[in-house]
Amino acid sequence: MNTSTIINARIINPEDGYDKLGSILIESGTISDFGPEVKTKGQIIDAQGLVCAPGLIDMRVNTGEPGKENRETINTAAKAAAAGGITSIVLMPDTNPVIDDISLVDFINRKAENAPINIFAAGALTKNLDGSTLTEIGLMSEAGALMFSNGALPITNAQTMRRLLSYSSNFDCLISSRPLESSLSINTVAHESDFSARLGLSSSPAVSELIIVQRDIALAELTDGKLLIDLISSSKSLNAIKQAKLKHPNISCSVSINHLSLNENDIGDYRTFAKLDPPLREESDRLALLKGINQGIIDVIVSSHDPRPAGEKRLPYAQAASGAIGLETLLAAGLSLVADKQLNLMKFLAALTCNPAKLLGLDSGRISKSAPADLIIFDPNTPWVCKGKDFLSKSKNTPFDGRLMTGRNIKTICKGKLVFDFSN
Amino acid sequence: MTYSKNIIDNIFGGIRPASRALDKAATTIQGWYDSGTIPQKHWAGIISAAKVFNHSLSSEDFFPQQTTKLGSFGYPFNKIHCLSIGDFNRPDIETLLSLGEHYLDLNIQKNPNNRVLKGKTLINLFFENSTRTEKSFELAAKRLGADTISMQIASSSIKKGETLMDTAATLNAMNPDILVVRHSASGAPALLAQKVSCSVINAGDGMHEHPTQALLDALTIKSAFKKISGLRIAICGDILHSRVARSNVKLLNMLGAEVRLIGPKTLLPPEAKTWGVSVFNNMKEGLEDCDIVIMLRLQLERMSDALIPSKREYFHFYGLDKEKIAYTKKKTFVMHPGPMNRGVEISSEIADDEQISLIKKQVETGVAMRMGILHALSESQDNNK
Repeated sequence: MNTSTIINARIINPEDGYDKLGSILIESGTISDFGPEVKTKGQIIDAQGLVCAPGLIDMRVNTGEPGKENRETINTAAKAAAAGGITSIVLMPDTNPVIDDISLVDFINRKAENAPINIFAAGALTKNLDGSTLTEIGLMSEAGALMFSNGALPITNAQTMRRLLSYSSNFDCLISSRPLESSLSINTVAHESDFSARLGLSSSPAVSELIIVQRDIALAELTDGKLLIDLISSSKSLNAIKQAKLKHPNISCSVSINHLSLNENDIGDYRTFAKLDPPLREESDRLALLKGINQGIIDVIVSSHDPRPAGEKRLPYAQAASGAIGLETLLAAGLSLVADKQLNLMKFLAALTCNPAKLLGLDSGRISKSAPADLIIFDPNTPWVCKGKDFLSKSKNTPFDGRLMTGRNIKTICKGKLVFDFSN
Repeated sequence: MTYSKNIIDNIFGGIRPASRALDKAATTIQGWYDSGTIPQKHWAGIISAAKVFNHSLSSEDFFPQQTTKLGSFGYPFNKIHCLSIGDFNRPDIETLLSLGEHYLDLNIQKNPNNRVLKGKTLINLFFENSTRTEKSFELAAKRLGADTISMQIASSSIKKGETLMDTAATLNAMNPDILVVRHSASGAPALLAQKVSCSVINAGDGMHEHPTQALLDALTIKSAFKKISGLRIAICGDILHSRVARSNVKLLNMLGAEVRLIGPKTLLPPEAKTWGVSVFNNMKEGLEDCDIVIMLRLQLERMSDALIPSKREYFHFYGLDKEKIAYTKKKTFVMHPGPMNRGVEISSEIADDEQISLIKKQVETGVAMRMGILHALSESQDNNK
């Protein structure tokens, strides 16, 4: 029972750079053996020479549940994630009510029990995301919250940030903070550049991000807190983080797949589907961020999945909501960059598997004996056209709509069970 | 310390005559002779027997008066103020503790003939609210025969805008002998001490020190364990705002204890590990093998804004209950300088358990220890005149 073997797979384990043809034996939900010499047992899954890698871990997913179920429910997000090759997602706390209490962490945990993939809650850093009142980080962490975040909102007060980093380090919790100097970015909708000036859009400079990146680095140094700088978008921030990481292993950063694939020109004639937070920046920033992944400076890539129904998007640019869905395009968009030789496959996968697993303290995200059998089989070369209307997400706001993509997820296995199969 | 020798030799003319006069075995008298002291229950008998020999003895003659003049180790105690534990050296501390120990005996403490502070005036000057410290000082001074007054700050000139220094000058003009000061600003008693001609005792200044509390804690520990050196003592909770912790760390370190500080990082001072203590953020690790756990009150009134998310979470991780005290894996005593927040830093099952709680004992010891401190300072004043 519950035994299966994946055969004819190009096994890639980003944790140690393993890349060989072979088979993977799965018994009762865990990987019991892998390699070229594995004897097949139980049900056979033929990978047909495609890549088999650990299931992706997406550390930044928004749904609408609880409170805005018309955007997305936890259930629809889980199905979309499984289709996109993601086997673990961390849900952001900016819901209604905000996930700032153990009972709400419990609510997410209960929803997660019946989901096809692993779903974890991120607790709020401050009560109702008010930016000043500490939440019960210790109790929520015990209840299962994997990390703590203030959602899309920055912690504007440096004293509060200091205390959060200091207090959370009692429990060795990861603190995720959006780098955003709100006085410079309030009411802005685009990156400050010649392009946005011509479009007549109010804009925030890249230093708005840099100021808080540097503040948070200094505070993490002071407190020994475990800091994740959430969603960097400019080369300036990346340089500051590169310097800081030389001295402080407790500092990490993430980038969204959108900022690796798109730049400010994609907002074109006010395309609100490309209105994101942080705003898309210049091509030089995008190239610098890609380099950041290839050199291993950026730890994590996220989908920053933020479902918005058409009603929130079909508005004049300045009034439209920010955010894009990404669960079903995360892998494909990355593989397209790999096919373009802009991104290194191993580094790309590491930023979606073993790196987030290490930050979150998960034992998945790797192919090794007795690790959970969270695996995906993907075709790195198949071309396809991205059509938002075909997606499983409840909202269809993808900035990749109509784009040619290279590579897609074929099968998703979570805890030893096949939860998505493209051929069906 | 030795007074028995004088009584036995000078009044009765030696051990054997004393044995006959008191109708006691000679070995008993020999025991008194060697130890230097005579147990309380025999005093009445000796006083009446001495009358027969035309000597009028009183219970005061059984006090080890010599100790204060000479101090322990033959080192005289000559400090005028009690502002910080750091002002005292080890022999000073030993002198104070042995005097405190002396007054622990209720018969000595409550002896109505005590005149150590006779004719002296003590002023309690409390700029912050206090129950136990103020009353403890008042009682200690009265039991030593002093005149005491307590300044009611709420109705005093302070409220009318007088500065601390002017108040000090005014009080000084009334020629008090001892000023007991509590103030919310760190260093205020030290500033006062520079401006007045009497002794100043710091009864707690801001987040700085509370030396008399530390001394009474040490005396409580000494009474329970007969020693302090080598004990492992944990101080838990809101260390950042605690003057008691700062004084206790200094004193217990000086007396050879192994001190640990346990609390969430937001309630620990930065660089606390340079204080000669080990620092823990986790009760389970920190409490291991501790002989004494000193719990501190969560001083919510001193926090500019919340350093901890909630009392519920604080109690869950740092409140002392039966489960957490089991982490020590041995017989442990619990102390608390008071006032306690039950259900925040300590559970009632611990606070009220006579087997492990020394909290009431601390208050009792407090009066004796403060009598010892007043006694020492007063003698030192007299010697310096």
